[in-house]
Amino acid sequence: MKNEETLLEIRHLHKDYGNGAVLKDVSFDVHKGEVLVVIGSSGCGKSTLLRCLNGLESIQTGTISFCGKTIDGSKKDWFQARQKIGMVFQSYDLFPHKTVLENVILAPLKVQKRSRAEAVEEAEILLKRVGLYDKKDVYPRQLSGGQKQRVAIVRALIMHPEVMLFDEVTAALDPEMVREVLDVMLELAKKGLTMIIVTHEMQFAKAVADRVIFLDNGEIAEEDTPENFFNCPKTERAKSFLNTFVFEEG
Amino acid sequence: MDIAFIREYTPLYVEAAKLTIGIALFGILFSIVVGALCSIIRYYKIPILEKLAGIYIELSRNTPLLVQLFFLYFGLPKIGIHFSSESCAVIGLTFLGGSYMAEAFRSGLEAVDEIQKNSALALGLTSVQTMWHVILPQAISVSVPAFCANIIFLIKETSVFSVLALPDLMYVAKDLIGLYYKTDEALLMLVVAYLILLLPISIIASLVERRVRYAGFGN
Repeated sequence: MKNEETLLEIRHLHKDYGNGAVLKDVSFDVHKGEVLVVIGSSGCGKSTLLRCLNGLESIQTGTISFCGKTIDGSKKDWFQARQKIGMVFQSYDLFPHKTVLENVILAPLKVQKRSRAEAVEEAEILLKRVGLYDKKDVYPRQLSGGQKQRVAIVRALIMHPEVMLFDEVTAALDPEMVREVLDVMLELAKKGLTMIIVTHEMQFAKAVADRVIFLDNGEIAEEDTPENFFNCPKTERAKSFLNTFVFEEG
Repeated sequence: MDIAFIREYTPLYVEAAKLTIGIALFGILFSIVVGALCSIIRYYKIPILEKLAGIYIELSRNTPLLVQLFFLYFGLPKIGIHFSSESCAVIGLTFLGGSYMAEAFRSGLEAVDEIQKNSALALGLTSVQTMWHVILPQAISVSVPAFCANIIFLIKETSVFSVLALPDLMYVAKDLIGLYYKTDEALLMLVVAYLILLLPISIIASLVERRVRYAGFGN
């Protein structure tokens, strides 16, 4: 934890799709500059949790406070909050009818009402940073999966988010492309960006996390530093989950 | 083949074609409006209106245009509602075309992946901005082939308006056959007239389709 200022405060979050709870009484804080990694088996509610944090999913009970202000669930509140909460999804979500540059500057122009020249300038700087400046005028279908995800990260970054949500952004990638995306995320972490990362890349989680939350069956089963969590998990559920990533030699 | 006859009555066909075009133009324009309204109502699942739109679409698609026209032209006057032949034609074409357009637009809207909406919202775009900048452009490119097919279909459907005593192309042809028994000439001119109307539209349509095709972004 680099800073004690609380950015996101989640209290007693409960989410139900009608056939059993997906999230049960989930509470945690996210501090400014912190990288929080959420892990757990598929279907444990990780993605739903992230989607609740930027209002793409509604919640039944509980509260989400952002920068000290409780988001009351009204549309207007969420539209405000989403400008400061960036998100990158698992599936490639670039807009196929827009070039890379147009994808990146759409929200700065339409949401933040910035000038075109200024938005383009920053977009080009950010694209250079992820090594995609020369792709700025191509359409998403001409990009590889890894390149698409890097553009998606840039598209979220240009909004100057206070916190970024990453929902298994490498899960749909070919293995050789995972690294280029994770490298970008590592660099962002070094720069002090607050991030909540859902991932199955355990080595990456170890390297990037300030804190790990292990979600099981919609509940927070464990919350600890990466050292403690990966080396000596406290619960049986976490142990057996981590074991699935270990290949016995023999 | 009586060339002199063809030459003499060509102006009649030109007049009829103008009427056909006029009715088709208004009918298609109103169809687009009705279709857009219905598809938006269904896309956003607006209660009650969604049901009504559904009923309208089924009613319109599952009854022949001829029957719809008889209802407008002969049925409604019985309860005191009178329309001119031209109005009946435009209303009838709109009633039919609206549902076909609605279905074309709906298929386009439904083809746009949910993730597109979510990622636009996650960037802070409002629902209206999301629709306008992200969903519609993609939906339209998917809808274009069906949309163009509908336009051609609706122009062809105008041929039944002769039953409303409107001097459209079909009416003129039948009239000439009845008056002079020049069946071959009258029908030949009819076919040629429709081809002159529809072929350019077909060609333009396929050009437009090629330009906006979804997979074409980036080619």
